[in-house]
Parts: sequence; C-alpha cells; structure tokens
Amino acid sequence: MARLALPVKGWVQRFGFLLLVGVSIGLMILGRAESRIVEQLRIAVTDAMAPVLDVVSRPTAAVAALAEEIDALVNLRSENARLRQDNERLRQWHAAARALERQNAVYATLLNVVGDPRPAFITARVIADAGGAFVRTLLLNAGARDGVRNGQAVIDGDGLVGRVVETGRRSARILLITDLNSRIPVVVESTRVPAILAGDNSDRPRLTFLPVGVAVEPGERIVTSGQGGRLPPGLPVGEVFSLSDGVAGVRPFVDWHTLEYLRVLDYALPGALPSTRPAGRAGPLR
Amino acid sequence: MTLDFWHRFDRAVRGLTPLALTLLLALLSVVPLRIPGFAPITPALTVIAVYYWSIYRPDLLPLIAIFLVGIFQDALGGTPLGSSSLVLLLVQAVVVAQRRFFHGKTFLVEWWGFMLVAPGALLAGWILASLYFGAVVTPKPLGFQLLLTIALYPCLTWLLARVQQRLLQHA
Repeated sequence: MARLALPVKGWVQRFGFLLLVGVSIGLMILGRAESRIVEQLRIAVTDAMAPVLDVVSRPTAAVAALAEEIDALVNLRSENARLRQDNERLRQWHAAARALERQNAVYATLLNVVGDPRPAFITARVIADAGGAFVRTLLLNAGARDGVRNGQAVIDGDGLVGRVVETGRRSARILLITDLNSRIPVVVESTRVPAILAGDNSDRPRLTFLPVGVAVEPGERIVTSGQGGRLPPGLPVGEVFSLSDGVAGVRPFVDWHTLEYLRVLDYALPGALPSTRPAGRAGPLR
Repeated sequence: MTLDFWHRFDRAVRGLTPLALTLLLALLSVVPLRIPGFAPITPALTVIAVYYWSIYRPDLLPLIAIFLVGIFQDALGGTPLGSSSLVLLLVQAVVVAQRRFFHGKTFLVEWWGFMLVAPGALLAGWILASLYFGAVVTPKPLGFQLLLTIALYPCLTWLLARVQQRLLQHA
C-alpha cells in the first residue's frame, strides 16, 4: 500500500499542477475573449474586500496626513509668503474672470447657445492603489449604490485622474489616464487642436492622432474635448512638455501620490447614446 | 472525544495560517501608501511568501491555495486574471523541485536562491502582461521592484519564521 501511495501522490501532485496552470492560462484567455465573465468575478472579489480595504487604508492615510502636517509647520513662513503672492495674483485673475463671465453670459444670450449640463458629482475615497508594475488603477469606496457608473470621469482638485471602468455595488475601479489602455479625447486649450491622449504606463502619457502638420508647443494646456459625450468638455488634464521626434508628451496636473478623495462626475449629455457594451478594463480599443 | 475534536480543530485552524498570511500580504500590497512613485514598484510580497512556505511547509500551502492567492491578487490589483496564479505556481514548482537543495541550508543560501527565483517570477509576470495586452508593457519599474523585493526578503521571512515557530510547531 505504502509502496503504491508514493507514486500515486506524486502523480496527483503533478496532474494538479498542470491542471491549475491550465486553468490560469484559460482564465487569461477567457479574460481576453469574454471579459464580461472575468469582470464579474473581479468585481465580486473587490466588492467583498472593499470594507476591509476601507479600514486598512485609513492608518496610512492618517500617517500621510501627519507627515504633511509636519511639513506644513516647517515651511510655514515661506509658504505664507508664497500664498500672499499667489493671493495677489489670483485677485487680479478673479476680477478678470468676473468680467469675462459677464461678457460670456451676454454673448451666450445673444447667440442663443445651448449650454452644457453641469455635472453632479460623487466624492469617494481611494481605498487601493493597485496594479503594481503593469497596470495603473485605483479602487474607490463608492459603487453602483452611490450612483457610480462605468465611463464616468474621475477628477481631483488639479485635474482629470481617470475613468471608471468597473463598478461593483460598493466599490469602483478607476483606469488612470497613465494606464496602457487609457485613451482620452482631448484638445489643446488655446488652439483647439484635437488629439487622443494615450497612456503607456509611464507618468507621461502621449498625444496621438494629432492632425498632420500641426505643431504643439511645450507648455500648452491640454483639456478634455468632450467628444463622445462620456466626459465633460474642458476638464484640465495636463501640459505639453516634450517634443521628441514628433511625439508630444503630456505632464498631468494630478499629483499621483497624494490622491485621497476623488470626485466622480455624473455627466450625461441629454440624448447621448448609451454604450452598448460596458467599458472593460482589459483589451484594446475596439 | 470532545478533547480530540478540539485538538484536531485547533490543528486545522493553525494549518490555515500560511494561506491567511499570504492573502493578507496580497491585500497589503494594494494599500495606498502615498509615497511618490511607490505604487509601480511595490515589492512582490506574495512571491516572498510562496517561496518561503514552499521551502518550509509546502504541505500547508498546497497548489490550490497558491492558485487562489493569485486569483485574489489579480482581482484586487486589476492585473490580467490568472497571471499572478501562473507566476506563483511556477515559483512553487521551482522551489519544490529544488527543495532537497534548500533543506537544512543557512539563511544566506535561501536568500541567494530567492535572488535567482525573484527575477524569473517578475520576468514571467511581465511577459504574461505584455502578451495579454498585446503590447510591450514598459519594463522600467521591474528593476526597482526586484531590488525592493529582495531587500525586503530578510525582514518578511523573519516575521514568517516567528509565526511558524509560535503557531506551527506541532501543526
């Protein structure tokens, strides 16, 4: 019996290994081909773990807040001087903006402009900074029950962070604009040149599909174009920084490591077509 | 008889410690630390854990447990579902094949072995991600991720060894 048991055990072990390797590969293929099923599985796991992550991510947030507090105390004087200058400058901008707003309102009435709907928003906390070396995603502690839906834009005070790609009941996954699979329709703010902002997992997404023969200058601001109707137009994204052999890089306004509370914009153009297929996180643009 | 039941129950619960700890490490590796540039180079904690338990107690972290850890990690991290499972299963296979070599050796030999296994694991993950996305994923973070993972190995395995001594002596 004992003589027989050992080879059988080894055989079962080897068979089990091959079976599980096969299942892993199968899951990857399934994820590529029929991402719906795999997505459901993923959502189920993240949804179940959301309350745990919510708790676990709090201490690190507290420590980060303390470090910021200490930093602020140390730099109090220089910070104060800088803010005074900023305040002076912003007061002038404020006056200019008020005047322009009034002027704009007058023109809009004269021309009978159809206004963009103002997006409502949901504020949520980042509970996981997932992905490691290969993907750039975040998890938020708000989901379908809070009104989050796939495709919605996610911003912080500085600019566009990403889009919602998976929605569970109480958690949602954000695909950052730096991710390999992120494609955002944008325009150059001053010249209105359209382009697609394509992530490549680095901190500097690229501007692609620029019209032929159009030059983009470093330092120009990039904002969302609102084309496709899924993202509100005019959200600040970043500024152009390098132009090496025809490739324009964009330095996002968002400070990636300080993200804590984010706003999910509930923006729906009246009459915009609902997406027939929910945006999957994986897979190329189809 | 009741005593016998509780005894067995106690052993079973203790036997789950390696799996529970490895799942916990998978969870910890997605907690946002808010350190600039840290997220892409988060050390591969589960690779350390699977390597460690495969040397010392492969009976308590069986293949199916490793598979589940991988699925859990992929689901949380947003990486291609199945890719981490595959990488962790390969780590286990390599270690178990070389287990006689590691047995009774010093910590330095064990660490040296990890320095050979870890690059393979990260490389395998990179190849799988690139195949899945159909594009060459930038391999830039991998170097730092590898260094951090190897540097963290002594600290983490020290903790795991403490747990093993305390809880799993007789399990």
